[in-house]
Amino acid sequence: MSTRPTTPGPTPSHRSPVLDRLRTPRGLTGAIGALLIIVVAVVGPTVWGSAADTTSVADRLAGASLAHPFGTDELGRDVFARVMVATRVSVLLTLGATAISVVGGVLLGAVATVLPRPLRRLVTALIDILLSFPWLLMALFFSVIWGASATGAMLAVGFAGVPTFARLTYTLASSLIGRDYVKAARIAGVGQAEVLVRHVMPNMLPPMLVNAAVSASGTLLAFAGLSFLGLGVQAPEYDWGRLLGLGIARIYGNPMAAIGPGIALVVCGVIFTQLGELWNESSKRLLGLPAPARRRTAAPATASAAAATPADQEPVVQVRDLRVAFPDRDGRLVERVHGISLTIMPGEVVGVVGESGSGKSVSAMAIAALLGPDSSVQASELSFRGIDMTAPLTKAERSRLGLELAMVFQDPLTSLNPSLTIGKQLRETVEVHEGLSAAESTKRAEAALESVRIPLPAKRLKQFPHELSGGMRQRAMIGMGLMGRPKLLIADEPTTALDVTVQRQVLRVLHEAQEQTGAAILLISHDIALVSGFCDRILVMKDGRIVESLDADRLHEARHPYTRGLIACVPDMTSDRTMPLPVIGAIDEEPLPVPELVEGPITTEGQRA
Amino acid sequence: MTIPSTVTTEQATDPATGPGGPAVARRGGRGVLGGLSPRTSFILRRLGRVLVSLAIVIVATFLIVQLVPGDPVRAALGNSATPELVERTRADLGLNVPVPEQFVNYVSGLFRGDFGTAIGSQRPVADTIAQRFPVTLTLAVASFLLAAIGAFPIGVATAVSSRTGRRRLADLGVSGLLGVLIAIPSLLLAVGLIAVFSIGLKVLPAAGWGGFDQAILPVVALAVGPMAYLARIVHVEMLAVLEMPYMTTARSKRLPTHLVYLRHALPNMVTSTLTIGGIILTGMVAGTVLIETVFAIPGLGTSIVSSITSKDYPMIQGIVLVYAILVLGLNLLIDIALATIDPRSSITEG
Repeated sequence: MSTRPTTPGPTPSHRSPVLDRLRTPRGLTGAIGALLIIVVAVVGPTVWGSAADTTSVADRLAGASLAHPFGTDELGRDVFARVMVATRVSVLLTLGATAISVVGGVLLGAVATVLPRPLRRLVTALIDILLSFPWLLMALFFSVIWGASATGAMLAVGFAGVPTFARLTYTLASSLIGRDYVKAARIAGVGQAEVLVRHVMPNMLPPMLVNAAVSASGTLLAFAGLSFLGLGVQAPEYDWGRLLGLGIARIYGNPMAAIGPGIALVVCGVIFTQLGELWNESSKRLLGLPAPARRRTAAPATASAAAATPADQEPVVQVRDLRVAFPDRDGRLVERVHGISLTIMPGEVVGVVGESGSGKSVSAMAIAALLGPDSSVQASELSFRGIDMTAPLTKAERSRLGLELAMVFQDPLTSLNPSLTIGKQLRETVEVHEGLSAAESTKRAEAALESVRIPLPAKRLKQFPHELSGGMRQRAMIGMGLMGRPKLLIADEPTTALDVTVQRQVLRVLHEAQEQTGAAILLISHDIALVSGFCDRILVMKDGRIVESLDADRLHEARHPYTRGLIACVPDMTSDRTMPLPVIGAIDEEPLPVPELVEGPITTEGQRA
Repeated sequence: MTIPSTVTTEQATDPATGPGGPAVARRGGRGVLGGLSPRTSFILRRLGRVLVSLAIVIVATFLIVQLVPGDPVRAALGNSATPELVERTRADLGLNVPVPEQFVNYVSGLFRGDFGTAIGSQRPVADTIAQRFPVTLTLAVASFLLAAIGAFPIGVATAVSSRTGRRRLADLGVSGLLGVLIAIPSLLLAVGLIAVFSIGLKVLPAAGWGGFDQAILPVVALAVGPMAYLARIVHVEMLAVLEMPYMTTARSKRLPTHLVYLRHALPNMVTSTLTIGGIILTGMVAGTVLIETVFAIPGLGTSIVSSITSKDYPMIQGIVLVYAILVLGLNLLIDIALATIDPRSSITEG
């Protein structure tokens, strides 16, 4: 739920998912609760029936006591016993109404799916219109027609739920019908109705069950509401809703007579919901999972940032023994970057290549101090132009970083904010850190867009990211980095999401930006051909280590078998086209090492020795 | 032009007024809407949908009397009523003419603001509605405002806090509390509030309407559940937004924290939150029925319940219609707000 690790984590246990979930507190309460409801519903009237019906004038309207936990009613009957007895009626009516909703909804949704197009649109439009009305309003409407009775209320609540399940069925069925195996069945000549019954319906079952269980909880309450209003179960019968209504009528005398049935309703409702979530795989994403503790350990004292005022011949980036770890699913820290060191000089263009999961992006994000709060970053030195990036940043340091360190990410559509205009996003850095006025920053933004070859900059500034093409967005992103006084531009796979012709454009703009500003560039890519043409120096990363560092023009001197494998993978004009392309795994003899475990489960905030 | 023909022509000529299924092409640019801006045509299509919905609601409320098993007039007056009284009432209600004529009379009455006459009180239904509607509207709007104002800070704060991973115990406590508050229905919360504040502490009245103190418990009872639900939605949406690459971009600019959250995160979660907020709001409109009954508030809710019990069909028809119009109007407002706040929603949706 927090930071998505950029490297794949180890796969968890292979036990059955249902059993796994039964082991969780949520699963256990769901299972035990369901059992409890069933037992009380079955034996309730037998066990508490006589107590619930025995009238006693002496005990009438008694308050809560040990003998009568919820007090007694106006005929001296024990309210607690009546609540227990009412379990059966309440649960049965709820299940009945839920069944009506599900069956009616599935039928309507399935019919809508197989109808010819114009009719289908009509039916789905009708379903959507019905959906826009609250459930209780629909139930009230239907209960007018069927009258104030238990059956009438069951039909009313049940029918009020039909549109929900009709929509769900229609949506699920429509998506399933588009699947390949269903298409295959149709091509094989299977009729539409048969496709629906044989291939579509069975796959709809799990999500339907989840929704039925969750909606049962709502149904229970809707039912209680109707009975409370006097529109559901009628005297002398009683369910929780009616007991609640009776209790509220004399709440000043004995509040427990109202609170008692209320407790029963809440407990039962929670159990239904738990049952639903027990089946719901996505429940993991809901609120309540503990977030991993923040761990950013400061660098050891030996590696203090050297110079307070960086001279231009000082390195832009100085990294020594950088280690980055993330917690896995069990909360144990797993190291992904194993002590890399690198130096970037002013104006230098450094490329980092490696396959996905090699730790290149994570390292870059660590250098920029932009990793999520659950990560653990350690280094004997990690500095950007004299700023210690492992320590908390001062306000002045933040301003310098905002102006001097710029980022370009892989997908320009998601790395630009969709709700803000391009102009707003370009201008804010200098407005915040340099205190520029809107007019001044707009002027600078226009210049920035011009220098990344975006025509009509004034117009583009007023547009939103979705109104620009992919290449233009990425150039705008680079332009954003030119707004301040860039000393380092970290470009993380800046061309991967773009098509080939646009890639060249973006690279040229990046190159021009480097020439104009003299900023250093850290270019991350999996494409060694691209990097070698663009960079001064290349670092090759594999499994969280830098395995080779060499100048771009001496690539052919690479020693490490992995680097040679990467180079061999790139076909050129002289490649023998009758031979299969080499596979890196075949060259690389070493088996993939399991990520090493750093320490035990995270307990509290703290530092590792 | 009569209403039924309106329904058929609108549905036949412009099916896009309905939201359609996933298979339905959603882009604008058809027929009369072709030359308009996406936002205007989006709002026009939604308006069309509301009109179709309204037509369906009018037909449905008209059908109430026709669908009731047996003789509705006899049911309303009871078995002791004389046949003469039944016949006279039938004539008063206009039920002694053929059904199509009844429908025309019903619809033309509605357009004149005539909702018929209540069987019980013999007063015009419109008078009762005019008197009680403001009460229900006040209750619903006050509760929604409370829910919305409370939900955003809670949801945003818990999301930010659980992401940074500090104060884990407090996070768990808040999320647990939200879960409990979501699970407690307003009806039961009302009971609990009365037990504590009216009976136990004797600080707030348990019934009635008019004074500020009388409004506190009903509004709180109606607002707390939706507030907790909305807060959880805000929390989940916020967490999702915080994980987006553009939030990393914003952080890379080293903006002050409040700018990162307010300028970069908040606008991106408004669309989904507002959509769900709309559903919650319309649900609250219906929730007023229960709350009004618990607190004996003289709104539409108490009125429709007593009308259903006494089978006063003209009253039921009128009040159901008002509720439906309220729900449709709120949906339209939400759609317009969405199209205004988020320029993308009018392009990507309906």
